Amino acid sequence: MGYSANFRIWRGDAGEGELVNYTVAVNEGEVVLDVLHRVQAEQANDLAIRWNCKAGKCGSCSAEVNGKPRLMCMTRMNTFEEEETITVTPIRAFPVIRDLVTDVSFNYEKAREVPSFTPPENLKPGEYRMEQIDVERSQEFRKCIECFLCTNTCHVVRDHDENKPVFAGPRVLMRAAELDMHPLDTLDRKQLAQEDLGLGYCNITKCCSEVCPEHIKITDNALIPMKERVADQKYDPLRWLGSKIRVRSHDE
Amino acid sequence: MSSSLDTPSAAPIPTKAKIGVRTLRTDRWWLMPAVTVAVLLSFIAYSTWRAFENAYYFSEPLISPFYSPCLATSCVEGSSQWMPIGSWWILSPALLILAFPLGFRLTCYYYRKAYFRSFWMSPPACGVSEPHTKYTGESRFPLILNNSHRYFFYAGLVFNVLLTYDAIIAFRNAEGAWGHMSIGTLVLLLNATFLWLYSLSCHSCRHAMGGRLKHFSKHPVRYKGWTFVSKLNPYHPRFAWISLIGVALADLYVRQVASGAITNFYFF
Repeated sequence: MGYSANFRIWRGDAGEGELVNYTVAVNEGEVVLDVLHRVQAEQANDLAIRWNCKAGKCGSCSAEVNGKPRLMCMTRMNTFEEEETITVTPIRAFPVIRDLVTDVSFNYEKAREVPSFTPPENLKPGEYRMEQIDVERSQEFRKCIECFLCTNTCHVVRDHDENKPVFAGPRVLMRAAELDMHPLDTLDRKQLAQEDLGLGYCNITKCCSEVCPEHIKITDNALIPMKERVADQKYDPLRWLGSKIRVRSHDE
Repeated sequence: MSSSLDTPSAAPIPTKAKIGVRTLRTDRWWLMPAVTVAVLLSFIAYSTWRAFENAYYFSEPLISPFYSPCLATSCVEGSSQWMPIGSWWILSPALLILAFPLGFRLTCYYYRKAYFRSFWMSPPACGVSEPHTKYTGESRFPLILNNSHRYFFYAGLVFNVLLTYDAIIAFRNAEGAWGHMSIGTLVLLLNATFLWLYSLSCHSCRHAMGGRLKHFSKHPVRYKGWTFVSKLNPYHPRFAWISLIGVALADLYVRQVASGAITNFYFF
């Protein structure tokens, strides 16, 4: 059942690079990462690939396969035609270290801007009590494996390096939403999201949700609800008035 | 290709991979934006023509959704019971009301995706570079006005009530007797139904129902409402398209009846 596939793999480092052609054997049931490992073993020992679990859970092997941001370990070879040339490049929003390995530290730096979970002062670890329906919205976002495909595909930083200081990307904004919705978190994350993390730059084009390998509904369940919460606080004069005259519940 | 990794001290400053093409996607990524442009432009052309036509929008008991509520005294006799706008309004009465549904759709979270991708190409598709050199998104004027979506949502609900009323009074015949149903009744009913589904699946509706709450457990009724809207919400894009095309078709049907091109067939 094996066949020879044509691959174009981006080879290079921070300076220059180019797409290099390889013809490599493919066996039934393999994924793109398997084939790249064969290239590495047989034809290009110095090919740099970051990978770990090969099960779609570590988020290490993010790349772009035929221009689509994907996890290489979750991209099955039988989704391509045998005669098709498959192009693999590093993710394009972040600096290249070498070949398919990029420096994603932008995401960690932005993540540090989000204050960690802050429970009420009188609660000690072990005393946290919450109902499932209160916490389940946040739990969806905990499925994130931090592959950063969402931030990579977001045009706000992918096409505009100049926005990197002011826009944190969907993954970090989702973290802010997760904490803002958490029943025991006491900090207000709305202003942080809007002013410091750049939520206003998001124009809801949903590419983050489209590429998420965990199928988290980032836009519908995190970014849009967060935009609505920001609108409550900042762009809705009636709600502002309600909060001033205490018509609105503190729970909101 | 350099071998700079051999000498870490001389490592160049990391930069993004220099790939000279806009995208390496091999699928027809341009198809959806192209279809979106075609459908939206067709709707804009049709609705603009109809809004300015100022004719053939009422045929007892049917009124076009583009002209309901008809608020000017210049409205066709029988099309409205309440006409607060005097004879000074010489333009089409449709122009008095269309700003509200237009604003609802313009600020809609789904249509934002649709027009940012297709008209503004920002980006045209995932993994395809946008053509603009600068981007500030919805962080400043005018796009920051999209945050007013909730107000248009509430205005849209008022229109849904009125259009539902129009569908109900269409259970009459041309002489005003109740207990009849025609194809026009069905058209207006379907139109109102899809507009309700579009409104109720809206993200602002979901937020107002309960999305803004921190503790669902303290608000069981609102939690149920939020759960219901959350089930509709994934279908919001579908309802957006169906209701958009539906409202144009409903108007077209009323126009054809009012102009005498076709006869409104009565089931009973």
